[in-house]
Amino acid sequence: MTSAILDLSRMKPAFADPTSESQFIFRKLLDAMSQPGTLHDLSAAPTPPPGVSRAAAAVILTLSDQDASLWLDPALRGGEAETWFRFHCGASLVTDPAAAAFAVICHDLASADLRIFNQGDAKYPDCATTVIVETPALEGGAAITLSGPGIQSTATVAPAALDAAFWRQRAEIVSKFQFGVDLFITAGDRLFAMPRTTRVNLQGV
Amino acid sequence: MAYVAVKGGERAIDNAHALLSEARRGDASVPEIEVAQIREQMSLAVDRVMAEGSCYDPDLAALAIKQARGDIPEAIFLVRAYRTTLPRFGFSEPVESGNMGVRRRVSAAFKDIPGGQILGPTFDYTHRLLDFRLAAGDQSARAAARIADEPTPDTLPTIASVFAHEGLLEVDAPRNAHAEPFDLTRDPMAFPADRDQRLQALARGDEGFLLSLAYSSQRGWGSTHPLCGEIRVGEVAVSFSPDELDFPIEIAELTMTECIMLSGFASMDGAAPQYTRGYGLTFGHCERKAMSMAIVDRALRVREFGEEVSAPCQDEEFVLYHSDNVEASGFVQHLKLPHYVDFQADLQFLRKLRQEYFDAQREAELGAHKEAAE
Amino acid sequence: MNAATNTAASNASSEAAYYTHAYLDEQTKRMIRRAILKAIAIPGYQVPFGSREMPVPYGWGTGGIQVTAALIGPRDVYKCIDQGADDTTNAVSIRKFFATVADVETTESTADATIIQSRHRIPELPLREGQIMVLQVPQPEPLRGLESRETETRAMHAYEEYGLQYVSLYENISAFGRIAGGAGYPVLVDERYLMSPSPIPKFDNPKMHLSPALLLFGAGREKRIYAVPPYTRVRSLDFEDYPFEVQKWTQACALCASHESYLDEVILDDSGNRMFICSDTDHCATRRADGHHGSMSDFSLEDAEQSRTGGERP
Repeated sequence: MTSAILDLSRMKPAFADPTSESQFIFRKLLDAMSQPGTLHDLSAAPTPPPGVSRAAAAVILTLSDQDASLWLDPALRGGEAETWFRFHCGASLVTDPAAAAFAVICHDLASADLRIFNQGDAKYPDCATTVIVETPALEGGAAITLSGPGIQSTATVAPAALDAAFWRQRAEIVSKFQFGVDLFITAGDRLFAMPRTTRVNLQGV
Repeated sequence: MAYVAVKGGERAIDNAHALLSEARRGDASVPEIEVAQIREQMSLAVDRVMAEGSCYDPDLAALAIKQARGDIPEAIFLVRAYRTTLPRFGFSEPVESGNMGVRRRVSAAFKDIPGGQILGPTFDYTHRLLDFRLAAGDQSARAAARIADEPTPDTLPTIASVFAHEGLLEVDAPRNAHAEPFDLTRDPMAFPADRDQRLQALARGDEGFLLSLAYSSQRGWGSTHPLCGEIRVGEVAVSFSPDELDFPIEIAELTMTECIMLSGFASMDGAAPQYTRGYGLTFGHCERKAMSMAIVDRALRVREFGEEVSAPCQDEEFVLYHSDNVEASGFVQHLKLPHYVDFQADLQFLRKLRQEYFDAQREAELGAHKEAAE
Repeated sequence: MNAATNTAASNASSEAAYYTHAYLDEQTKRMIRRAILKAIAIPGYQVPFGSREMPVPYGWGTGGIQVTAALIGPRDVYKCIDQGADDTTNAVSIRKFFATVADVETTESTADATIIQSRHRIPELPLREGQIMVLQVPQPEPLRGLESRETETRAMHAYEEYGLQYVSLYENISAFGRIAGGAGYPVLVDERYLMSPSPIPKFDNPKMHLSPALLLFGAGREKRIYAVPPYTRVRSLDFEDYPFEVQKWTQACALCASHESYLDEVILDDSGNRMFICSDTDHCATRRADGHHGSMSDFSLEDAEQSRTGGERP
């Protein structure tokens, strides 16, 4: 995949100042991961090519490189976004979801299967995939209540397009902690995180 | 504030650095040593610093030795810390030691081997008598070597190829030269360790530590019955294949030392019995290190040969976790840092235990008095 | 290679100009950042990372420095303490390092700091949401003293086999009548992973439980990063009949009269005289500024030293 020739003539720029911009964005991601369910604004991140949100692109630009492989939703493959990630992150793109350090799913979320990703190893649970879930909006969906590490009492989020089946599937995966996947739920310029430790109360759904 | 004085501070550090700089210079009436002098005249120290510093640059190594006041582990640390900041372009093609421009080559296995025994510059047969002519700067101490009647061949077959036609020595498992080797400077140690990880750790490992382990093995603590198949020192070419090109380009010529130790026989995968081997390779001229490394490499292959781990030199976790002198030196010496907080915690505990001891003793005494009185 | 030497030489006068922001290259920072996020996602689990060789020795805070370097930016205010004090030599040295390579604002005030790097203490002032505590760790493996093999301890964590740890605590009770261990006292994080809190005194353990601040732990030599996210349960191991207890002093701080802080013992002379003072220098200074006075608040060690040596420094 990486050996294909990149067309640079229409390549959109990414970070103008990688050091300071990636530090700024990383701190947002750090806050997001340490306080699951809190919304974080990444409008300062570079404008990505069509097909991918600014927030999702920010996560990948900040964290992915040749040492952290990337799996893209089939809907994003072969397009401008893929070329952009390859060029700016040197990301090693993989087609095997279980080999991915990072993954983006953006299509057909209702039937998305999180089990295809790496759930970690008993001795090395850190090798589990971080999955970026692209949603139409972080509000307006069914409200769910979150609790667990990073959350003082509870937090409520209502991302669109993620239904009870999605959450039940996730709950099943993370019930086998230390196994699990860690999620960034993105829409437009914003995101929130759900590490595998976050417990979801489905009562509202 | 008095309290600052007790706890040290910035001024103390600055002054300590100034004192260090003075101590480094020594008596100012003695001419200052130049980096080039260290590079040329302390070349074995330079080689050790390059080998354990994992960075081939004699000028930098010489500078590190000067800056470290001749403290070799400190110089290795300086080179390592500098090396970390360099960009990594990729990994080279495997070095072909068979093409080495040999300066020294000795085999203990055969009286003569193709290409012959080449003593080269060695301490081996010097009589260890202090040469006071060196102290006096007497030029007669500088003997000029005689030029050989015949030039050394451009390439000398290695001991492995000498054995090859009879199949007496195990052949290294063919490995994809394009597969990226493990790199300890980028990934943490993992167990069980593959050979690339082990050899890299040993190549960076402390010479003294490996020497002692090899010695312990020789004395029977995990013996491998080593015999020096060959040790060779000379110059080898390093090639690199950039992504943009589909052919390798030569980027440098390095001095290296390679050692193959022949060890006990084994039947690998049911094949006819063969000599097994241990391998040592270092930057520069480091014979003691290369030989120790080869012995320890073979000792660590116990699992491969279905042998029992019975001695320290065979224990992968023990050897690989403790061979790095930058790690070891840092951790041992960090005990100089303040530990008031943990000490206070211990002290409190100890005082409490002592108090209880004395209380119990007093009570026992009182009890005894009471009994006596009754 | 000669080019590299020349670059180094020509920049010898300006370390900051030669080295990249926060010292580490971007790829290394990304690697550490990924490790930090996984550490937060798996509280108390030790994430292996490609620890780099730093310009300070292993044991001097290389892990904490790498974690800080991956975090720090222009909006941060950085505080660095060793044994609770801002002015211990190693804290001064690390603070100076970041002031040089990251051009960051530094402080001694716990309240003002956004990142607090520390060796062996958690400050007395309760940490707040948004603050990040970076602890330097010499030995990340809480079980190492009981089992020397990494392959074994990694399996114990994987299968939550912590019986050995309890046996060891129990043996303590048989030997000493109580659980020994005043610092680096093991904790269970979110009721799953056994974790070494670094050699902080057990006095500081309760500060980790449900802390509003994020706690990050960096072990450079051992190449591990781990974390306690905010508002996460942290339980110091104990037994029902031998509950966990923290250190207490009969003395108050001789400078600020605090009865609540962890105390350092300062030896005053050769005849057994000593004073106890707060180990947290910012806490002590803040209290004194607020008008608290201890029994020896006018006392100056320098004066004492001078009177002892007849005014001459040794």
